[in-house]
This record gives sequence, structure tokens and C-alpha cells, in this order.
Amino acid sequence: MEQTSLLDVRDLTVGFESPYGLIQAVNGMSFTLKQGERIGIVGESGSGKSVTAHAITGLQPSNARVSGEARLDGIDLLRISKREMRRVRGGRIGMVFQNPLHCLNPAMKVGAQIEEAVLAHAGADKNEARQRAHELLDQVGIPSPSRSAQEFPHHFSGGMRQRVMIAIALACKPQIVIADEPTTALDVTIQAQIIDLLAETCETYGAAVILITHDLGILAGFAERIVVMYAGRVAEQGEVDSIYYRPAHPYTLGLLQSVTRIDEARRERLVPIAGNPPSPVLLPSGCVFHPRCPYARTVCREQAPPLERVGGSDHMAACHFADEIVAQGTENTAP
Amino acid sequence: MADTAGTVSASELQAPALLPPRPRLRQLVGDRTALAGLVILVLMYTAALAAPLIAPQDPNEQDVVNRYAPVSFEHPLGTDNLGRDELSRLLYGARVSLFTALGVGVAILAIGIVVGSIAGFAGGFVDGLLMRIVDVLLAFPSLLLALAITGMLGPGLLHLMIGMVAVWWTDYARMMRGLVLSMRERPFVESARAVGLPGPLVAARHVLPNIVGPVIVLGTVQTGRLLLALSALSFLGLGVQPPTSEWGAMLSEGQQYLASAPQLMVYPGIAITIAALGFNLLGDGLRDVLDPTMEH
Repeated sequence: MEQTSLLDVRDLTVGFESPYGLIQAVNGMSFTLKQGERIGIVGESGSGKSVTAHAITGLQPSNARVSGEARLDGIDLLRISKREMRRVRGGRIGMVFQNPLHCLNPAMKVGAQIEEAVLAHAGADKNEARQRAHELLDQVGIPSPSRSAQEFPHHFSGGMRQRVMIAIALACKPQIVIADEPTTALDVTIQAQIIDLLAETCETYGAAVILITHDLGILAGFAERIVVMYAGRVAEQGEVDSIYYRPAHPYTLGLLQSVTRIDEARRERLVPIAGNPPSPVLLPSGCVFHPRCPYARTVCREQAPPLERVGGSDHMAACHFADEIVAQGTENTAP
Repeated sequence: MADTAGTVSASELQAPALLPPRPRLRQLVGDRTALAGLVILVLMYTAALAAPLIAPQDPNEQDVVNRYAPVSFEHPLGTDNLGRDELSRLLYGARVSLFTALGVGVAILAIGIVVGSIAGFAGGFVDGLLMRIVDVLLAFPSLLLALAITGMLGPGLLHLMIGMVAVWWTDYARMMRGLVLSMRERPFVESARAVGLPGPLVAARHVLPNIVGPVIVLGTVQTGRLLLALSALSFLGLGVQPPTSEWGAMLSEGQQYLASAPQLMVYPGIAITIAALGFNLLGDGLRDVLDPTMEH
């Protein structure tokens, strides 16, 4: 709490109107992001990670119903006009999407697409924008920027295109970069490069990063704090070390046990989490995780656990037996 | 790790060669199909424009004594049932046929693009209304509807064009709307919005340029079809009125003498076929050239 928070999301709830009624994709999601901080949002497909990012930037589909608050420097992004939101997008919040192969306009030269992002906010003229585009291409490690700027996206590989996406996200020196599964579509060898590049460039620009992923492994060296989402809710959040070494939610524990680890001498088998994520149409009663939870007891079926502080300063978990899980988990995972 | 993040690795560079940008026109000429179509059409349109200069005779001058004349120096393709020079009539007919088809083609392309874009971008009620109109028009057999409209207005080239435009803009509107809708959902359009571009700019720079290709291709092929439809309607007597020559009308007139002088139908038939072929070839070639992801 020493630093002031830059983005303060509180009770964010997103529902989609559908023929089956209102589908709750995100339910009371809260988190904060400090200046220059890097956080990771982890969860399975359908846990509401991407929906959260879209709702914050006003890119949700038209049938979405959003409520709650998302304050960026005190201004509630969920209540500003479309015009103001447009100034925030790209200007104060840059975005990197999942599929670099389809995120660039195939009919437009790469350089022009970056220039466009520069011109969208900064009061630059054409020449300055071109200069800036070349500078950005150089910063994201594209060779011979002035020549590459004249290429169409299909001349670039997936990794190179994701570099271009990062350049576009950074074009107007945003305060926050939201990266929505930026490496999912890429080769494993390229993944690490892209994550490192994201970390490096955002640090140069002093931008805070929200990295959305389903891969806990990626976050280990990247994020300072982690938010674990399950069925549209925050299951657990806290500093990286507390999450990795003292998980307080059975879901986080399950996730960690199902990750292969190179630094562990030997482990017989990966432990999968039983069952499937619940359908958002028919969420379980009480704690949404209880049908899959090996520690579930009667109370879990009846009462939804609040998100409560566990031990450490910033560590919070939504589990009735968080303290027990911490004790249990420490035996298992601590080195 | 910081080092590897700094620049693109060798493995990344190998796959895509950094090709020098190639000018479009040269690409078009380099494509054999497109070139063939282009040559055919340029020749035909030039011939049509130059008809007064290159036609050997007055196309309407009758020479009743010289009916059904065989091929000769004076009449390179012989004469028709009224002794008029066949080649001259073909050349003058080309002016009417080719330019009418082109005019109608451009008109329906313009209307279709505007209506389809409005429907696609506006959505909701506007979209529903426009598409129901299109549905109604598409529910009729198009040639028959064009025939009915022209019939109501009375025969004549201008009326025929109005009838054709009124019926055939629907194809483009439909296609345009579908393309706009599918393009709007593409990730790069979302990226453009995420950059903070205003809606109209997203439409103009990211949605429409990716649609132009297929629409132009359809337009080219469609113009070939329009030429055939125009000929069909003229054949039925709704287009130009005698003695003006037009390919469809020539077919229609020649039909009566099919048994005795089949060449009177064969010549305009061949002309129509070649022109339609030219449009189709050009359309096929354009499709390849206009797709920026296709490399030859």
C-alpha cells in the first residue's frame, strides 16, 4: 500500500444476455494494479480472464451487461463516454491480443499500422509518426526497421507479428499494457522471448502490465502478483511467492500440482484436477469449486467463502479452510 | 534471456523472406489469366470506340439486292437479311452492348456497395429493413423481374438499363453486408479498436480495404453476366429498337434465318461469348492479384 494504485477494479461483474438467460462470466472480480507493476491473471478457459480485460477497455460485445467499478487514476472506466474510452484505449491502456496471426490488418503495411496507432493519440505529424514507428520496430527487435515497415504482415512469422503487436500497444506510451494470452498461439521457444520482450519494453516505458494466461509457468519469472480466477471469481490473489509456495486455495494448489517442474528432482506423476470447470449457466451452490475440491465439506456446499486475508500482507483467498490448505500445501510444494 | 528477447532469432527469420514490394499493375500483367482477359477487353472496347473509323460500311445502310452476301472484300463478314454489312453492325453493336453492360455494372456495384455497407455497419432495424427489400427482390427470378420492369416502362435502352439496375444491385448488397459483418469480427478490427481509432476510421482503413478485392472480382465476373442478360433482354425485343444494332438484337433478328443463314446468329453469338470470357478471365486474374497474401 506504499504506492498508490493505478487501476482499481472493484466488484466487476459481467453478464451476457443469451437465450438461456443472463450468463455470469465474471462475478464480483476485484484487483488493483500499481504504477509499473506486473500482475498475472490465471485461470482456465472460460474463467472470465479475457472478459475482464475486455470489460475494462470497453471492448465487450453488445450483449454484455457490465457493473462494478474500474478506476484508472480515479476515473471510472465503466462509466465514461465512448469518446473518452477511445482516448483511454491505445492512449493510456495498450493491448496485446492472443492471436498475432490475425491481429494485424492483412491489407496494410506493418509500418502504417504502427503509425496509425501513434497518430491516434499523439499530436504527431506523418513524418514524426514514421520516425516513431521505426523506433518502435527497433525496440521490439525487428531487424532493419525502415525496410520491415514496408512489408505486409504475411511476410512476418507469428513471433515477429506479436512483436509488432507489442510495438503498437506501446505506441502511445501507455500506463498499462494488457496482454491477453500473448503467447498461446506461438512456439514454445518463441514464448519466452515474447514474454521477456514484453517485460523489458514495458519496463522501459514504465508501463504496468496485466498478463492474462492459463499458464502458471509463464508467470513465474514475470509477474509480481498473481490473481487466480475460477468461474468468474477471484479464487486467490497475492505475491508470486505466496501463491507458489503457500497456496491457500485448493484450486491454486491443484494448478501447481499439474504443472511440470524442471527444478524438482523427481515426482512420479502430475496430479490433475478432477472434473471440469462448471458451466456458467448452472454454477454450483456455495463455493463454486466444491464439486472438484478434494477438501470440500458440508459448509462448502452451502456457503460461498468470502475473499479473505491469509497470513501475509497482500495474500487473499476465497476458501473456508484457507489456513489448512496453506499448512497442507507447504508440506507438499515447499522446496 | 534478455539477449534473446532483444532481437529476432534466426528461426524466426528463416520462414518469411523479406520480399521487395511489387507494383500491382505489373503483377496484373504478369498473371496470364488476367492478362488474357485484359487484352480481350481492351481490344473489344477499343474496337467499339473506334467503330466509326474502322467500320467498312454504314451499319444501317440497306442493300436489298445484296442480301445474305458471302464473305467478300467489301463485306468482310458478309451481309444480313437486309443487306447491311455484318461487321459494321457488330462493331456498332459493340458500342451499345459493351458500354451498356459496363454502365449497368458500375451502377449496381455502387448501389450495392453503399446499401450493403450501410446494412452491415448500422445493423439492427436499418439492416433488417434493407435486407428484407433485398429478400423481396431476390425472391423473384431476376431476369423475369427485369423483364417486367422494362416492360412496364416500355421498350428502349434506357428503360432496359433501369430495369436491370433495379434488379441486380441486390447481389452486391448481400455480399457486401456479409463481408462487412464477417470482417467486423476479425481480430485485427478489434485490435484497431483497442488502439483507440474512431469507428468510421476503423471501417475505412481496416474493414473496407479487405473487402474491396472480392467485390471487384464479383463485379468483373458479374459484368460478363450482365452482358449476357442484356443480350437476352434485347433478344426478347426490350432493348434497343431497330434499326440500331446491338448484339442481343442481332441474335434475335438472325434467329429467323437460322436455317438459311446461320452466320447471322453465329457472329454476334461469338462476340458475346468472347466478351463474357474476357470479363471472367479478368475477374479470375484480379482475384489472385488483389489478395495481398497471395505471392506468385
